Amino acid sequence: MENIDIKEVEVPAYQSKDYKNGSNVRWCPGCGDHAILNCLQKAMAELHIPPHETVVVSGIGCSSRLPYYMNTYGFHSIHGRAPAIATGVKVANPQLSVWVVTGDGDSLAIGGNHFIHAIRRNIDLNIILFNNKIYGLTKGQYSPTSDRGFVSKTSPYGTVEDPFHPAELCLGARGTFFGRAIDVDMKSQTDLLVNAARHKGASVVEVLQNCVIFNDGIHKNITDRTWRAERTILLKQGEKMLFGTENNQGIVADGWRLKAVTIGEDGYTMEDVLVHDASCQDNTLHLKLATMGYVDNLPVALGVIRNVAAPTYDESYQKQLDTVRQKKGKKTFTEFLLSSPNVWEVK
Amino acid sequence: MPTNSVVTDIPQVTIRFSGDSGDGMQLSGTLFSTLSAIFGNEIATFPDYPAEIRAPQGTLQGVSGFQVRIGSKDVYNSGDKTDVLIAMNPAALKVNAEYLKRGSIVLFDTDSFQKKDLEKARFETEDPFEELKIDYVQPIPVAITSMTKDSLQGMDLTAKEMTRSKNMFALGVVCWLFNRPLEIADHLVEEKFAKKPKVADTNIKVLTAGYNFGNNTHLTASTYRIDSVEAGKGFYTDVKGNTATAYGLIAAAEKAGLQLFLGSYPITPATDILQELTKRKDLGVKALQMEDEIAGISSAIGASFAGCLAATSTSGPGLSLKSEALGLAVMTELPLVVIDVQRGGPSTGLPTKSEQSDLNQALYGRSGESPLVVIAAKSPADCFDSAYWASKIALEHMTPVILLSDAYIANGSTAWKIPDMKQYPDISPSYALQKFGKDARNWKPYARDEETFVRYWSVPGTPNYMHRIGGLEKDYFTGIISTNPDNHQLMVDTRLQKIERIASQVPLQKVEGDLDADTLIIGWGGTYGHLLEAMLRIQAKDKKIAFTHFTFLYPLPSNTHEVLKQYKKIIVAEQNNGQFAHYLQGQFPDLPLYRFNRIEGQPFRVAELEEEFITIMDEK
Repeated sequence: MENIDIKEVEVPAYQSKDYKNGSNVRWCPGCGDHAILNCLQKAMAELHIPPHETVVVSGIGCSSRLPYYMNTYGFHSIHGRAPAIATGVKVANPQLSVWVVTGDGDSLAIGGNHFIHAIRRNIDLNIILFNNKIYGLTKGQYSPTSDRGFVSKTSPYGTVEDPFHPAELCLGARGTFFGRAIDVDMKSQTDLLVNAARHKGASVVEVLQNCVIFNDGIHKNITDRTWRAERTILLKQGEKMLFGTENNQGIVADGWRLKAVTIGEDGYTMEDVLVHDASCQDNTLHLKLATMGYVDNLPVALGVIRNVAAPTYDESYQKQLDTVRQKKGKKTFTEFLLSSPNVWEVK
Repeated sequence: MPTNSVVTDIPQVTIRFSGDSGDGMQLSGTLFSTLSAIFGNEIATFPDYPAEIRAPQGTLQGVSGFQVRIGSKDVYNSGDKTDVLIAMNPAALKVNAEYLKRGSIVLFDTDSFQKKDLEKARFETEDPFEELKIDYVQPIPVAITSMTKDSLQGMDLTAKEMTRSKNMFALGVVCWLFNRPLEIADHLVEEKFAKKPKVADTNIKVLTAGYNFGNNTHLTASTYRIDSVEAGKGFYTDVKGNTATAYGLIAAAEKAGLQLFLGSYPITPATDILQELTKRKDLGVKALQMEDEIAGISSAIGASFAGCLAATSTSGPGLSLKSEALGLAVMTELPLVVIDVQRGGPSTGLPTKSEQSDLNQALYGRSGESPLVVIAAKSPADCFDSAYWASKIALEHMTPVILLSDAYIANGSTAWKIPDMKQYPDISPSYALQKFGKDARNWKPYARDEETFVRYWSVPGTPNYMHRIGGLEKDYFTGIISTNPDNHQLMVDTRLQKIERIASQVPLQKVEGDLDADTLIIGWGGTYGHLLEAMLRIQAKDKKIAFTHFTFLYPLPSNTHEVLKQYKKIIVAEQNNGQFAHYLQGQFPDLPLYRFNRIEGQPFRVAELEEEFITIMDEK
C-alpha cells in the first residue's frame, strides 16, 4: 500500500449567518423573540449541526413564526401540535436535529397533551418554550401562565385561575431536561440552548420573553439590570448556588425548604451553600429550584436545572426495530405473506 | 364405529355462532371460517359483537355473534339469514330468531337453557321455541357444557377453566356437521395457542369430543358437504379487511422504496390496523401509538415531511378530531393516507356496528376550500388494493387521501390469493432532487409539475433544499407567505385542479349486469357484495338490471356522467341518509336518482334490496 497522507478531517465550521435565510423578520421592534432567534442561530453554529440536517417545527403564535427566519428545514404547523409533528419527523429520521419552537399559549393550552407526552416519551426534541404570559398574535388575552388576577382583554376584571409553571409540568411529566433563560441575557441563553441540544431526550428550555406590545415588562421584576443579580440565580453544574451583586448570597437547605442567605450573616458559611447537581435522578430538589421565585422571594433559577440521562424514545424505537428484523430475518412483503401460518396452495 | 350414511351436497351455508360476549364465539367462528377457507371454500364473515367487553351474563345486550357464509362459489356477502345457529344461551336464540331460515338447524346448549337462563333472556315460558313462534326450525338439544366438562375429566382443571372450552365443543359438532377435517382445526388451535400448549391441548380435546359426539350419535339425519372452490392456482391465506388495509400500505411502501410510518390511536373498529402494523416491525414498519387522534395524524404529517409513506388510521369520531391537521396536509401538499373505518354515528354512536355515514365528513369536513382524494374499499380483500391505490395517489400527487372502510368489511374475513406484486403498478413520487439536481437550481418549495400541478417533494437531510412550509398561504412562485388576493385565488384554484386532474389517472367506471337495462344500481364501499347478489337475484327473475360500484369517490372517474346518463332509473343504495346520492345530484343534476337508505348498523339484507329495487323498477 502506498503512503497515504493522513489529513485532519475538516469539520465544516458553521457560523450563525449560515442559519439565517434573509427573510424580513416580522416581529415587533423590541420583541424578545429577536434575541431568542439570534441565540438559537449562535447555538446551532456552536453545535456544528448542518442546516440541511436541522428541522425546526413550530405551532401557532408569534413565537411559531421563527422557522420562517431559519435557513434550515422548517414546518410552521397548527396550534399546539408541534411536538407531535416533530415526533413524526424524529422517528422517521433519527439523524435529524429536531427543534420545537412554541409558546405558553401554544404548548400549555391547546397543545398541553402533546407537550407532556413528548416529554414523557423522552423523544430527542429540543423544545424552546417562549413564555411571555400572554396571547400576543390574537392581541392580548391572558394565557395559561398569566398570574391570578391578571387583567387582559378576556379577563377585564382579572383572572380567577392559577397559572401553570412550565417547570412543574415538565418535571411532572418526568422530564429529563429543564432549563430556563431570560431573553435579554444572550450569553447564558445560548449556553443553555447548546446544553439542551446536547442532551439526549426531550429538553425543555423556558425563555422568559417580553411582549413589548401586549405585556411589556411582565418579567421586568426579574430581568431588569438594576436588580437582576439579586433576583435571579444562574445554576452551574457542580458549583455552589451563589448569586447577588457581590455574589455573596447563597441557597441553603432549611429543613425541607430552600432559603436564601448571605454568607457570613446569621451564622451561614460557604459550607452551608448547596452545590447544584442537575444530573441527580431524584427531581425533588430540581422542582424546588425550578419554582423558586414563584411562591417565595427566592431568586428565579436560570440555566440548566435538570439534565439526567435516560433512554430516548427514538433510539429505543430504532433499536427494537433493528432487533426484531435481525431476529426474524429480513423479508420482502411477499416472502412474509408466504411464510405466515395460514397459507395454503391451490394447484 | 358408526358413521353417517347420508351426506348431502349443498352449494352454500350460513352459520352463526352466538352466545355471551365471554363465550368465545368470535374464536369458534374465526376458526371455522379459516378452516373452511383452507379447505377450499369461499367465505364471507360477519362478526357482530356488542360494544361492552362483558355485558351481564345471559342478557340480550351481551349477545355476541359470528356469522360465516361458506360456499363452493358466489359467496358475495355474509348472508341475510342463517341455516345453522349455535345458541349457547336463550338470549342468543332470542336475538337471532328473526334471522333463522325455514328448516334451519338450531344447536343449543341445554345446560344453559334452564329456568334462570330463560328468565335472564326475558322469556316468560319454558319453551323458548314456541314462545318465539319458530316452529319451522329444527332444534337440536346438546348438553354442551356438561359434555365439555366430562371430556376434560382428570385434566387438573378448575370447573371454570373447563367450561371456558365449551365453544370448542360447539365447533367440533359443526365440523362434523359439515365434514370438515379435524386436522386443519387442530392445527389452527395449535397456532392460536402456540404459547400456551396446555390451553391448546384442552381445546383440541374438547373439539375432538364435540366432533365424536356428533358422529357417534348421528346427531342429525344428514351431514353436509360443500365442495371446494375452483380457485385460480396460487397461494392463499385468509385475511380480514383491516389486516388487508395494513398489508396494502406495507406493499405500497415497499413498491415506492419508502419507509412506512403509521401514527395512530386505538379506536373501534380501526384498532386492528394499528395492531397489525406495530407487529410488522419485522418488515421495518414504524407504527406509533400516539397520545390522541390529533397526535396520530400530526406525527404522520411530520413523518411525511421527513420523507415517509405516512398514514393514520381511525374511525368517524377520530376523523373529526383530525380535520384541522388534514387541512394542514392539504395546505402543505404532503402525501398522507387517512383510513376511516366507518362505524355507526354520530358521536360515539354504535362503535362496533357498520355504517357509511362519514362520506360527507370525508369530502367536506375541513375549514376552507380543502379538496382531497376520497376512495372507498368494497370488500375485505379489496382493502388491500384500495390501500395500495390510496398510497399511490397520495405519493404521486402529494395530497392527503381518505380511504373509507367500514366495520363490516374491516372485521369480515375472506380467502385471499397472495398477490403477485409484480403485477401492481409502480409508485413514483416526483422528487425535487431528481428534477432539479443536487444544486437545486431553479427549485422553489412550491415548484410544481405543469400538467399535474403536483408539488415536488424535497426531504429534510437533503443539502441545498432547505425550505419552510406551513399552514399559511404561500406565494405560487416563491413559496413565501403571501396574502395577495390574486395569489390566493390562484392557489385555491391550483389545489382544486391538482385533485380534479387525478380523475384521468384512475380506472374508468365499469358497469356489471345488463348494460342495456333501464335501471342502474349504484353503490360504493363495503356494500358491494350485497348489491351484487341483489342484482344477480333480480337477473335470475328475467329482469334486466345493471350495477355500478364506486371505489373512487373524489374525484370521480372521468367517464362517470357518460355512464350514468344512459339509465332511466338510478338507484343509489347506501347505509346513510343519501350522502352519495346528494353528492352525485350536485355534480350531475340531470340524473334520475332514486335512493335506498338503511342505517341500522347491520349489513344490507339482500332479500330486502331485491324487493325494493323491483318495486322501483316496476314503478311507472
